[in-house]
Amino acid sequence: MEISITFSYNTVFDCEVDDIMSMLSELLRNLFKKRATVLYPEERDKVHVPEGYRGKLEFYREKCIGCTLCYQVCPSYTIEIVVDEKGKRPVFNLARCTYCGQCEDICPTKSIHLTKQFEVISLDKKDLVVK
Amino acid sequence: MATFDIPIGPQHPALPEPLLLKLEVEGETVVGVDFDVSYMHRGIEKLLETKTYFQGLPLVERICGICNAAHGLCYTLNVEKLYDKEIPPRAQYLRLIVEELSRIHSHLLWLGVAAFEIGFNTMFMYTWRDREYVMDMLEAITGNRVTTEYSQIGGVRRDISPELADKLLKTMNVVEERTKYYIKVALTEPTIAKRTQGVGYLSPEDAKSTCSVGPIIRASGIKFDIRADDPYAAHEEVPFNVITYDSCDVFGRVVVRAQELLECVNMIRYALKNLPSGPFRIKLPMKPNAGEALTRVEAPRGELLHYTLCEGTPKPYRYKVRTPTLANLGALRAMLTSKGRYVVNIGDVPIIYGSIDPCICCTARVQFIDIKKDKTWTWTLDEIRNRSRRMRV
Repeated sequence: MEISITFSYNTVFDCEVDDIMSMLSELLRNLFKKRATVLYPEERDKVHVPEGYRGKLEFYREKCIGCTLCYQVCPSYTIEIVVDEKGKRPVFNLARCTYCGQCEDICPTKSIHLTKQFEVISLDKKDLVVK
Repeated sequence: MATFDIPIGPQHPALPEPLLLKLEVEGETVVGVDFDVSYMHRGIEKLLETKTYFQGLPLVERICGICNAAHGLCYTLNVEKLYDKEIPPRAQYLRLIVEELSRIHSHLLWLGVAAFEIGFNTMFMYTWRDREYVMDMLEAITGNRVTTEYSQIGGVRRDISPELADKLLKTMNVVEERTKYYIKVALTEPTIAKRTQGVGYLSPEDAKSTCSVGPIIRASGIKFDIRADDPYAAHEEVPFNVITYDSCDVFGRVVVRAQELLECVNMIRYALKNLPSGPFRIKLPMKPNAGEALTRVEAPRGELLHYTLCEGTPKPYRYKVRTPTLANLGALRAMLTSKGRYVVNIGDVPIIYGSIDPCICCTARVQFIDIKKDKTWTWTLDEIRNRSRRMRV
């Protein structure tokens, strides 16, 4: 029993001089630093979203020419082509969307745009359909 | 002494991913090991056959969350081989930048996981905090943190603006400073040395005979890096060193990965400084030419291999992926078996397993099981080739 106590004292004492000094300096440096995390969702406005983020998509009907290229590149069958009074047009079901942005890239008239909106949750399925 | 069988996993707190380790132990010593990786079969290769080459890219990126940039790059390089078109040099450089950024975030993540496995949680928190700088840069360049989908068939998705390049260079300064600190910690900290030195020994001969790849084989002192041996994206023009270390244990793998971080930082700096002008993407038709293609890419975990067989239709006839973890499983068996003076303790199993940076979910493969006869078997490459030819005719 005695042996183990002295052993543990020794090991603690050996570490103390150098390690506690370096630990203290690290501690003081970090005490006045900015916090690395964001308290989401309370600090929602502090979340940094860069330009060009691939979030919830927007669709501009007036620009669309009905070429259906977006439908051809979509990997997850998000897009359904329907016919309205102006011709063919896509309808997006965001519940299926993987936010890959291939439809935005291929659209020849830039009628699809992925916004910076990243909270795309809804209790109603109808809210997730972009027309 | 009598031996006992201890099953660990597939769901176990010490293992980050579903893997069944059947350890044969003699007291505390592991004398034999067998493992089963087939708990996570997702059928991605089959699913790829139902999608066109352009639709397949987001799916391929989801094979692995950590090395998704390498998977996407390998896929695009593979499909571009079917087109016979020159890819603009600016796209090659931009691909290299994003791939190396992805390597930095993967290695920092691994350093954190390894520190966590040996009970050094401070380093885990530090590396994961610094990884966020890289993740933010990936988000700013590509539009997403994890599934970047930057490399596209025919080039890259977006260009890097001069302001973004400046920001990236500043981030690289921070990453370099922090990495130097980690190298100092890894080399001097007794906690790391005691838990990793002499653990998970893999001799150079074993590393060669088990066909291990990536940082595992480089930590056994063998220079093997696809970026140097078979350059694919501007790697001929960007200078870098292949990092090796000859301690052949987990400690060596820590050092190799930490020093590779510095190489990545230097490569990104060089590529940003010498970025060629010109277009960053060319348009390619939906339908590639008929043919076969095989591509190798150095993913953060090691050599990644993609193969495709195209019959001139927009969809692949066959798509095959060989992930680095599968190649390293043979090495894992050698590391987990006590041999002569090399003794494996049960307590060291998690860090040895963690040292190959396992990604079992990318790896799960088919094994044939006859339930009536209680027999399992696998096919060799020649058998698969013969059978596939017969099926095609």
